[in-house]
Amino acid sequence: MVLGKYKQITLARSTDKQIQNISQDGGIATGLLAFALDEKIIDGAVVAGPSDEMWKPEPTVALTADEIMAAAGTKYTLCPNNWMIKEAVRQYGLEKVGVVTIPCQTMGLRKMQSYPFGTRFMADKIALIVGICCTENFSFESLKTFIEAKAGVNFDLVEKMDIGKGKFWVYTQDGTINFPIKETHGYEQNGCKVCLDLVSELSDISTGSIGAPDDWSAVEVRTDAGDTVFSKAVDAGLIETKPIDEGKFGLEMLTRLARQKKEKAMKEIDRRKELGLPVPYKASSEKEDPLANI
Amino acid sequence: MLARIKEFLGMETKPKEEASQQEVEKVAEEEKAKPRIGYIHLSGCTGDAMSLTENYDILAPLLTEMVDIVYGQTLADVWWGDENNPYAIDDMPEMDLALIEGSVCLQDEHSMKELQKAREKAGLVAAFGSCAATGCFTRYSRGGQQAQPNHESFVPIADVVKVDLAIPGCPPSPEIIAKSVVALINGDMDYLQPMMDLAGYTEACGCDLQLKVVNQALCIGCGTCAMACQTRALDMNSGRPELNEDRCVKCGICYIQCPRSSWPADRIEQDLGL
Repeated sequence: MVLGKYKQITLARSTDKQIQNISQDGGIATGLLAFALDEKIIDGAVVAGPSDEMWKPEPTVALTADEIMAAAGTKYTLCPNNWMIKEAVRQYGLEKVGVVTIPCQTMGLRKMQSYPFGTRFMADKIALIVGICCTENFSFESLKTFIEAKAGVNFDLVEKMDIGKGKFWVYTQDGTINFPIKETHGYEQNGCKVCLDLVSELSDISTGSIGAPDDWSAVEVRTDAGDTVFSKAVDAGLIETKPIDEGKFGLEMLTRLARQKKEKAMKEIDRRKELGLPVPYKASSEKEDPLANI
Repeated sequence: MLARIKEFLGMETKPKEEASQQEVEKVAEEEKAKPRIGYIHLSGCTGDAMSLTENYDILAPLLTEMVDIVYGQTLADVWWGDENNPYAIDDMPEMDLALIEGSVCLQDEHSMKELQKAREKAGLVAAFGSCAATGCFTRYSRGGQQAQPNHESFVPIADVVKVDLAIPGCPPSPEIIAKSVVALINGDMDYLQPMMDLAGYTEACGCDLQLKVVNQALCIGCGTCAMACQTRALDMNSGRPELNEDRCVKCGICYIQCPRSSWPADRIEQDLGL
């Protein structure tokens, strides 16, 4: 069960042309949150919005579909969205918060909901967690190194970045540049090395490009909350679905990459345990399923 | 009743029928012996007790039907203090659980005596709130102030007596208090395990994030610490927590809430029905 528990796994994409144009893949995170806002399933969303600096996202409380759309597209650097949940609840007074999270952020939120030591009346305000797939994350300076030093492009001219087919892709108006993903090694955030979760296993609904053809997303519908919003969006015609390919470039690839991330992390976890360094997860000898996210 | 409280808290989402039947059986058993709880107030601001009372929807039945408050000045007027005889606390009754709010002042003879007595009389001693658990704000005390200039040294209660579990927070949220009490009534030690582990975490500071998470190559910049900080002493800068020491009260919540300080995964999934 390297993909976590889910009710349904499918390919999906937003049918909205505007979202298709600006989104990373299938526009599921953007489309679902905009739809949930419209349907009053949420009254605001915490997203990785734009900041003063190009490609440096900032956790943002979005109250309109436009603000959600302004945050579309993947930014391959840190954006502490959980931080802004407090702002959304306390400052904005939101009662039903939607949030886009990478796996570690999903884990932080779920831990807070189960053990809300210091977070007074926040746990029940989180209405929808849209988890995204994440192999690893990069500091902003690492990202800058990729773009300016490795791809040789001025940061401000970049229109889109993508990781896929073993390469890091940089899209500009003038063309596309890529370099092997191997060259990003050594730049990953260190904390990611013990992460056992590729697909936001604890989210309400997860989405990502792995296992999906171009412009589609592979979606795992996990909880009742995720199921409700997803089915409604499909019924309303805002999201279209098609079965995920079981084969080499579909489910098989997603499963393989999820397992690979876990196996790599378990090696590092076991190594840290041997060194006596702290790590919150169990050693492989301490758990039944050596790949479980525990 | 218990079912209602659990529903309120969103705990253990199991089929309703099954749940209610189980709870009725459990409550029926409990009728025989309600847990006897004492509330001991040392050097704290009463914020922890206030937070407990914020469970409006469930407070009255919780306090009257599900537990017996056998000792306490704040929640119920039952205590054995006598201004003419500071050692009237010798008559403190037996308790299943003593919730202790506030740090203990080493120079305050009465507090020391009351704490030690509580340890003697209680099956379980809980450091309730960060003052009792980590010293929290009272860590900054240096004495030399009215009304008692000699009261200088305020320490977590675990420095003086054995503590079985800690429920930190400045204050702990109303939900964690209710969830912990329900877990205690149910004998659900599994849920309480993280609290038992925290009994030994007495030297807390916002700088723990740097020492125990960032320095240890564990930080992932998720922002949970900054979300949890109750005094807004934390910002996130370049994906790492940045501490404003002037605002930090040493409650320990940022580190406790960090998904990289502990990860009780099984319990989280069970608890949230994931």
